[in-house]
Parts: sequence; structure tokens; C-alpha cells
Amino acid sequence: MYSFELRQPTSIGGAVRALADGGQILGGGQTLIPTLKMRLADPGVLVSLGRVDSLLGICTDDSGRLCIGGATTHAAVAEGGGAYPALARLAGRIGDPAVRNRGTIGGSLANNDPAACYPAAVLASDAVVATNARDIAADDFFTGLFETALDDGEIITEVKFPVPASAAYAKFLQRASRFALVGVFVARFASGVRVAVTGASESGVYRWSEAETALSAEFSPSAVDSLSVAPGGMIDDLHGSPEYRAQLVRVMTSRAVAAC
Amino acid sequence: MPKDDGIGAATTRREDPRFLTGKGRYTDDINVPGQAHAFFLRSQVAHGRIASLDTTAAAASDGVIRIFTGDDFAGVGGLPCGWQVTDRHGQPMQEPPHPVLAQGKVRHVGDPIAAVVAETLDQARDAAERIDVDIEELPTVTNMQSALEDGAVRVHDDLESNLCYDWGFIEDNREAVNAAIAGAHHVTTLELVNNRLVPNAMEPRAAIGDYNVATDEHTLYTTSQNPHVIRLLMGAFVLGIPEHKLRVVAPDVGGGFGSKIYHYAEEAFCTFAAKAINRAVKWTADRSEAFITDAHGRDHVTRIDLALDENGKFLAIRTDTLANMGAYLSTFAPSIPTYLHGTLMAGNYATPLIYVNVKAVFTNTVPVDAYRGAGRPEATFQLERVIDKAARELSISPIELRRRNFIGKDQFPYATPVAVEYDTGDYHATMDKLEEIADIAGFSGRRAESAANGKLRGLGISHYIEACGIAPSALVGALGARAGLYESATVRVNATGSVSVLTGSHSHGQGHETTFPQVVADLLGIDAEQVAIVHGDTATTPMGMGTYGSRSIAVGGTAIVKALEKVIAKAKKIAAHLMEASEADVTFADGAFTIAGTDRSVAWGDVCLAAYVPHNYPIEELEPGLEETAFYDPANFTFPAGAYACEVEVDPATGEVEICAFAAADDFGNIINPMIVDGQVHGGLAQGIGQALMEHAVYDEHGQLLSGNFMDYTMPRADDLPSFVIDHSCQTPCTHNPLGVKGCGEAGAIGSPPAVVNAVIDALQSGGHDVDHIDMPLTSCRVWTAINADTGS
Amino acid sequence: MIEISMEVNGREVTDQVEGRTLLVHFLRDQLGLTGTHVGCDTSQCGACVVHVDGRAVKACAVFAAEADGRQVTTIEGMAGDDGSLGVIQQAFQDHHGLQCGFCTPGMVMSAADLLRQNSNPDEDEIREYLEGNLCRCTGYHNIVKSIRAAAAAMG
Repeated sequence: MYSFELRQPTSIGGAVRALADGGQILGGGQTLIPTLKMRLADPGVLVSLGRVDSLLGICTDDSGRLCIGGATTHAAVAEGGGAYPALARLAGRIGDPAVRNRGTIGGSLANNDPAACYPAAVLASDAVVATNARDIAADDFFTGLFETALDDGEIITEVKFPVPASAAYAKFLQRASRFALVGVFVARFASGVRVAVTGASESGVYRWSEAETALSAEFSPSAVDSLSVAPGGMIDDLHGSPEYRAQLVRVMTSRAVAAC
Repeated sequence: MPKDDGIGAATTRREDPRFLTGKGRYTDDINVPGQAHAFFLRSQVAHGRIASLDTTAAAASDGVIRIFTGDDFAGVGGLPCGWQVTDRHGQPMQEPPHPVLAQGKVRHVGDPIAAVVAETLDQARDAAERIDVDIEELPTVTNMQSALEDGAVRVHDDLESNLCYDWGFIEDNREAVNAAIAGAHHVTTLELVNNRLVPNAMEPRAAIGDYNVATDEHTLYTTSQNPHVIRLLMGAFVLGIPEHKLRVVAPDVGGGFGSKIYHYAEEAFCTFAAKAINRAVKWTADRSEAFITDAHGRDHVTRIDLALDENGKFLAIRTDTLANMGAYLSTFAPSIPTYLHGTLMAGNYATPLIYVNVKAVFTNTVPVDAYRGAGRPEATFQLERVIDKAARELSISPIELRRRNFIGKDQFPYATPVAVEYDTGDYHATMDKLEEIADIAGFSGRRAESAANGKLRGLGISHYIEACGIAPSALVGALGARAGLYESATVRVNATGSVSVLTGSHSHGQGHETTFPQVVADLLGIDAEQVAIVHGDTATTPMGMGTYGSRSIAVGGTAIVKALEKVIAKAKKIAAHLMEASEADVTFADGAFTIAGTDRSVAWGDVCLAAYVPHNYPIEELEPGLEETAFYDPANFTFPAGAYACEVEVDPATGEVEICAFAAADDFGNIINPMIVDGQVHGGLAQGIGQALMEHAVYDEHGQLLSGNFMDYTMPRADDLPSFVIDHSCQTPCTHNPLGVKGCGEAGAIGSPPAVVNAVIDALQSGGHDVDHIDMPLTSCRVWTAINADTGS
Repeated sequence: MIEISMEVNGREVTDQVEGRTLLVHFLRDQLGLTGTHVGCDTSQCGACVVHVDGRAVKACAVFAAEADGRQVTTIEGMAGDDGSLGVIQQAFQDHHGLQCGFCTPGMVMSAADLLRQNSNPDEDEIREYLEGNLCRCTGYHNIVKSIRAAAAAMG
């Protein structure tokens, strides 16, 4: 690792001030720390959010949304997110147990790894990502591979999840990394069905609109059988070809619907 | 009477408390006062010429003590290769130099260009980034077929080609085998890949070189399976340090699986640098560094032809293999695809004619050498796969076809057409046992249950043989080995009767500290608690060849027995004197020396005390003391064998393979500690299943390792595996060692890959998919792709 | 340099660290607690698992300064003061749940974290929970057996 200064503020204001002259936010560190070890980043200043208590916790707001503090760990969501069972189950299968005890929802979303699980939940749930500066709708938040709408130094303070009538996440594991080879989150609201896919596309998490239309018309596992998924733009790596990922998108969508 | 803690007892391990409480002492746990830290600047390109290398700025970095480059090693030997293979035309293999630090060229990603020694590791890393190196990139060869084409880029400019050797075994049989295949009733042919693997012992390699300027003595702490071999190779061939000035210590070692047999550049570097700067120098690999510097395993491309008659009897086997050597010859590398592979090609079967051809190839990749099983898994895989394919083509059950061709138990000793002689075995017995423990009869019911859940269930069988107890020195010497492969033991009886055994075997998970005392306790009739095992330090143990090739109990254990026999013989003389009896009348049993036919006896402890307090002692005929050393050179290999069954479920929608059950019926001959033997089989099975389903070291055409860390190289995890059903009640004891033992360390990794692949193919065939082979690893993507490429489905 | 204090295995320690000092290196290099091992650089292998405030974390993916003020338990803190093995450790010995020993500290610490949450896990639950701990020797068979035995022994 390159040398850096580690700051551990205890308030959001303190964190904002610590980031004022540059530096990088440290969430749970489960992705950032290995990156630093490889010397792929040289942040100079690292601002940990681990001691900002106001970023911790899970509650339900007046609109019935499940609100999760930005520095809340995956394990805490798995244990305390019972108001949104599909989300709690998703959190309980990110990484591995020790990673879940450190990794945070804010860190995962800010990184927007194209194979991460949380982005699929946020996008399918039409959640709102709240920061120290503004609220960002899920559809506006994910802007590309490892890219988000966040500005430099902007801190995710809370993620607000509308709770669907039913929902499920089907994850096909990339067995080495424990990320999703393909993961599909299906959320069924009174207003319609939203389907978000992670792990598949070269541009990161996305909504599968054809499936949303088909499932909004008929919410059954077979409703997506006849849809074609184009392999173009799908990730091609050691673990799966674009054609294979396209197949998994359909199969995992169907299985998520079956699990709803 | 077997003792509670003697041979055959499932004694819990005495090593465990230290490992379970964090008190193990691995190389990286050791810190020598005043030590400096080494960091290697490694090539990021697979092939290139070092146009310029300037360390000036780096040398001025904080904390830097010295920077070394290839120039510093110009006068030093290269890393030696321990085996010279002779090709089928009688010519020696091509053997390129293997420098400690690159000399003008880099030949694989990870090849060390320079090494920074600094006060701290971070300072060494910081400085390494300031080394100004300009590498003129050259075209690369990573694919073996391409490497052998005319005009291919050569990995080594001074060699004629990338062909290390073209080996025929047995060359005189070549034409007869070709003729038998040409005229056979049926020939089954299979082309396959034995996938390249990264051993990935959980402890990364590490080395600490220490030097005492006052005595001119070197000490190397290293993660090695064989410290004496490292001392010999590094002292005699690389650095020119005489053995009495060089001590090599391999303390607790966190797994090896072959990868810690070899002499690596970092060991020589730390030893050399410690003297150069007159301070200890420590290096520990990162995992990512391990991926590009530890010797890899397997990496064969093979075509096998099996000829059968109208009754399904095997007539002839011909196999042609390309074996990847990587960029340099690692210590044992040339022997793996040849003498540990070709000699096993008969398997368990009475096939009269066999011919094996192997072309070993240099490529711009990490060197390849022995990995758990080493050559034997490659032989077993192709044979057990082609038999399965033949069974399907001939509509004979895979078990029946194997049984028709087994060497009968009345045929031992059995000389194969590939130059080895099996001493014992009973392959029908292991197959019978497998059918029982795997409930083969119940498979069709289980298949129906899976089908009801939309899954394809398959059953795969394999039967393996391996050659362990490596190895008769004269034989391997004739085959090109540059070392002997005996083992040593000193039995040091202490004055009060306790025993220290100094062994040349090395334990890095195998539990020698527990099993070897079981042998001693049994033979001496004393408690195992009275016996301590000392290993892993050239300063304390006799010259030994170390642990690999499932050799420790068969060769190292026998050396202990031989030393004990000498101890007992001398102790009898002392006892005879104490009892004023004739030596010929003294018997030894249960820890007491008795005059036969009388009740007069003297206890073991009294004899030991007399040996060291020789007041009443036959001093004119016998030296005081009770300590004996034996070197044991085996008369033959040992030949464990076993039958394996794998059941899988394949999800046709995703290609995902789940191992539902795995059963293993092994014949290891006599067993010292069944609990430890079980554990060895479990671990081998996991590695074999890992190879079959998930593990793969993948190079792209530029020589970049795409699966270069645990994010992309899929290691088997707990939730990838079932609990195993294993049995080793079939026992045909080895006939040529006194314990009747055969060895068990590699079996699981040898027998399991074909069982898994056979099971997946069986599952797909049962679903109507005309798929007769998929190359390992059978990832879900590969299986799904194979299903969907099958237009007949 | 930052001054940090924490309770490690029941003992209060204070020392200076750099911002980049990982908890695992603080434990190994500064406190001499070498039972916590480093087996990878991508936080996959789990050889470095310790407990921070009672929960399993990978000490290679936590900065030492982040553990300032916390309670840390390592493998060295799992045995009795007289060296007697704890229940989980004893189960690993009784059931041959370790071979080379390198992954063992992390396995024991993970097992303890599992049994804290689930006192009677079945085989599948154990296997799933161990997804962050790699072992190359045992094939996991006897690790699973050891953890089941430990659960039974703990009642």
C-alpha cells in the first residue's frame, strides 16, 4: 500500500470537512483495501465512515420505506432487514460472513461493481439513494461500469427502499469471487414489476424492460421463457461467455419470479 | 498385541495443539534480529528483452540497503534441473539455463528482474517502483501446438526449438502398438486436455537468509518439503556453499502438494543477499505473487487410442501428449510427464501393448512441475476417460468393461508393458467394495428422483493405480534422475528410554509427528508419548530426500524400522550381558528383554540406562550409547489402487454441476493411522474435484495469467463439496517393505477427476445429449455450452 | 503515526501504527501474535479471521486504527490460560479437522462466530457459513465434522 493519512470522523459534517481537500471515502473496505494492497489506488487521505454513528442503522419511514444507513453492514441488514425479506436475504449472501461483518451498503453502491448484488436490489426496488447533498433516484444513480452519479466526496447517508408486494433475488454465483455471475432482482409493486440484472452487462447493472412488461402482464416464471436476451454487450470472461450470461439472465429471472 | 497408540490406532494428532492455539511456527512467523526485507520487481510481460535497467533513483529511496540485478548473479549458477530425460532418438533433452534474476531476457510474467532489499517491506516496494526498466517486448508463445510450429518464436534463443524432448516409451514397442491398433476390432479415440492448475498451498512461500560473518555460516529458513534437497541444490549448484556451512530449516510448513519441493530463485536470492549485505534478508510471497512464481501443475494436451477386441478385451493403448514445461525447467519437471506418467499407463488392466509419446514444450508461462499426483493423474484421467467412452460405444457397462480387463489377483507380481512391476493388488475387491459403499444398485432410483426435480443425474466410475514410495535410486538413476531417492532415519534412544527419531521426511500436514511414533511404539513396546519426531532441519537430521510422491511412510517409515532393528539388535546384546545370558537366547517383546523359556527379563529402560551408564557393560565388544541410523532405498515402487464413484446432478438450464455423492474404496496396504489416512483421501478428493469442476490457470495469447488470484481462480470451498464415503478395508500389503504400507497422499487427486467427468457425461447422455467429452474444468458455462452445441438434443 | 489502544485477548495494548497498517500486521508484527495468518491478498481465504467486538472479520481487510478502542480476539485467545483447548479447538483435534494448520486459526474463529449465531447448525449451514475460509488439506469433511461435534459438546 502507498502511505496515506487515515481519518476517522464521528459525524457526517466531520467527514465532509475531512474530505474537503481531497481524499477518498473508506466504507467497510472490503473492496478498497485489497485494491490499495495492489497499489492500484493512491488516495493520500482516506476518510473512514466507520465511526459516524448517524450512518448506522435500519428503520422504516413514514412512507413505509425501509431506510438503511449508508455505513450499515451487510450482516446488519441480513439480521435487521426483516421488513424487506428479499433484501435481507440478498445481504445475507454477499461475499462471505466475515466480509458481511465489514462491508457496507454505501460502499457497495458507491463502488458499483458490475457484479455486485446491492445495485440490483436498489434498481429493482426503485430505491432512493440519499447523500449529504441530495436524494438520487435509483434510475439516475448507476451511470456505468464502476460509475455512479455521486460527486467526489459525496457521502451516501441512507438508502430508502420502497417495500414491494413481493420480491426475490436469484444469484448465480461466480464461485471464486462470490460476486454474482448473474444476479436478477425481481420486485413486484402494485404499479408494476421491476427487474434489475447484475453481473451480466458490460455497462453494469440494468433494468430488463422486456421482462418487466411481460411480468407486469403475467407474473409467472414462464412469462419470460419466450423473451430473447441478446448476448451483445454481455460480459465475456473466464467464468461465462456472453451467450451463457444471456441464458442465465432469463433463467435467473424466471427463478426469482418463482421465489417471489 | 497392538497398542492403543501403536500401528492401526486412530490416534489424535500431537501436532494439533500448537496449530489450534496459534503456536505453530511457520517461516513468516520467524523474525531474525536485524533482518531486512526483499521485494522482487517482476516482469509484467511474458517475453521481452531487457533494453535498459537503471536502479540509480531506486537505490536512493528511503530505507534501501541494496538493489540486486542479474549482473550480481552473473558469476553464480542457475537453478538446476534434477532430472535429465533422454529422447526417443537417444539424445538428451534440451536444458536451458534458469537464472536467479533475469539475464537480459524475461520469459514469463513473474520472472524476477531485480530485487530490492530495504529496512521495511513498504520501503522495498516503494523503491521497486522507482527502478527504471525498459523491456522490449517480444512475441510470446503460450500455446503448445503453436510453440512447436516451424518458425515459432523461441523461448530460449540458444535452443534449436521449443521442444524440450520427444520421448517414446517404450520406443521399441511403437510399431507393434500401431499395428495392433490398425488391425483392431474396435478403436476408441479421445482428445483431451489435462488442465493447468495452481497448487495453492494455503501458506504462501517464504524464505529468510541469515549469515554469520564470524563463522561464514549460512542459515536458510524456507517453506520446503525437503530441506536437504534445497541445501544440496542451492549449495552445490547455485551458490557454491559447502554443506557444512549451510543449514536449511523448513519449520512448520503450511501445505505443499508438490509446489514446495523445488528449489526456487527466492531461496538462493535471500541466501546470497544475506551475505552480500551481512544481514538477514526475509521474503514472503503475496498470493498474487505465488500465482506467477510457484510451479504450476498438469497442463497436458493428449490424444489416446484404445484398441479392443470383440469381447471388449483391451489389445493396445497409444497415447500422444504435449506437456507444458513453462519457460524454464523446474527441479523435477522433465520426469513428471515421462516416468511418473508413461509408467502408469497400464492402469489396473492387462493390456499387452502400450506406447506412450510425450513431447515436452517450452512456453512463456510459469514453469510446470509435480502437483499432487504428478503425472499419475494425467495417466489415470486419459485412461479412465477413454475406457468410459469405449464402454458407451460398445454398450458394455463401465464397471463390467473394467472388470473384464483387470489384472487378476493371481497375476501378481505383474510386469506391465510400461516397465514397472506391480507387487500386489486385488482390483475386483476394491470394485466390489465400491459397489457396496456407493450403493450402485440404488442409482437408478436416485436418478429418477433427480429427474423429477428437473435435474440430470449421472454416475461416474474410475479405477486408478499409482506408483508411490518413490523410488529405487538405481532405477531412477538409469532413467535420468540426478539424485538418489532413499530416505534416512536416526533413532536416538535417550538414557531413560525415551526416543528421538530424526527423520529425513518432512511433515507439512501429513501428521508424521503422530504416525511415526506409532510405528516406534509398536516395535519397541513403549508408549508413543515416549517418542519424539525431529524433522525439517539439516543441522539435526540425517541427509534425507523429503516428502512427496506419497513416500513418507513407505520409504521414511521403513528407514525408521531399519534403524529400530539395529537398535534392538544392539540392545539385545546389552540385555544379554545384563542377564548373563547368550544373546541368541534373548527375545524382545512388549518393552522387555527376556531369556527365552524363563521368567528372567530386563526392562527396556534398564537396557537404555546401561547403554549410557556403562558400569556393567561389555565395553570391549560394544560401544556405549544406543543410537542408530539407517538409510533405506526401496526395492520397488508401491502400488496403491482404488475404485471411485461420483454422482452428480446437472441443471440443464444452467449447466451447473453438483456433486451429490462421492465414494472411494482404496487399497493402501497396511495402515498406520486410519484417521490420518481418511484425512489424506478427503484432501486429495477435494483437489481432484477442484480440477474437474473449477480450477484452471488460464493464460491469454499474450502470456498474461487471467486467473491469477482467488477472485478468478476457483478454489474448492466447503459448499462445493459433499461429505465423502470412504473405505480402506481392502488391503493387499506391499510385499517389499516391512510395514506392508503403500502410501495414501495422492490417491484422491488421482482417482477423482475421471470419476467426476464420467459422471457429468453420463448425466448429459441420460438427458439425450450427444456429448462424449468436455474438457476440464467442467464449469457451468462449459457444460451448458456443450449441451447447447449438441444439435442432436 | 497514530496511537491506538485496544483490548486484545483480554489485555489492553497501546501502540503506534501507520494509517496503512492492517490489523493483521499489527497483531503479527507488533504484538507477536503470529497465529493469525495471511494466505491471500484479496480477502478470500479467511486465514486471518479474528473477532472484533465479538464478530468475525478478516484482519487483512481492516486497518489497525479502525480497531482502535475495540475488543479483539485472536486464536491465541481461544485456549485456556493453562493452554487447555477450548471446546471448538478440542473438537478439531478429536476429529482431525486440520492438517497443515495454516488455515486452522481462521477456521476456528469462523466456527466460533457461526456457533455464536446458530448453536446447532446442520451440515449445509456449516458448509455455507465456511464460504469465506479456504482449506487446501482437509477437503472440509473433517472440519464440518469438528464443528458439528463442537456444537453438540456446547449443548
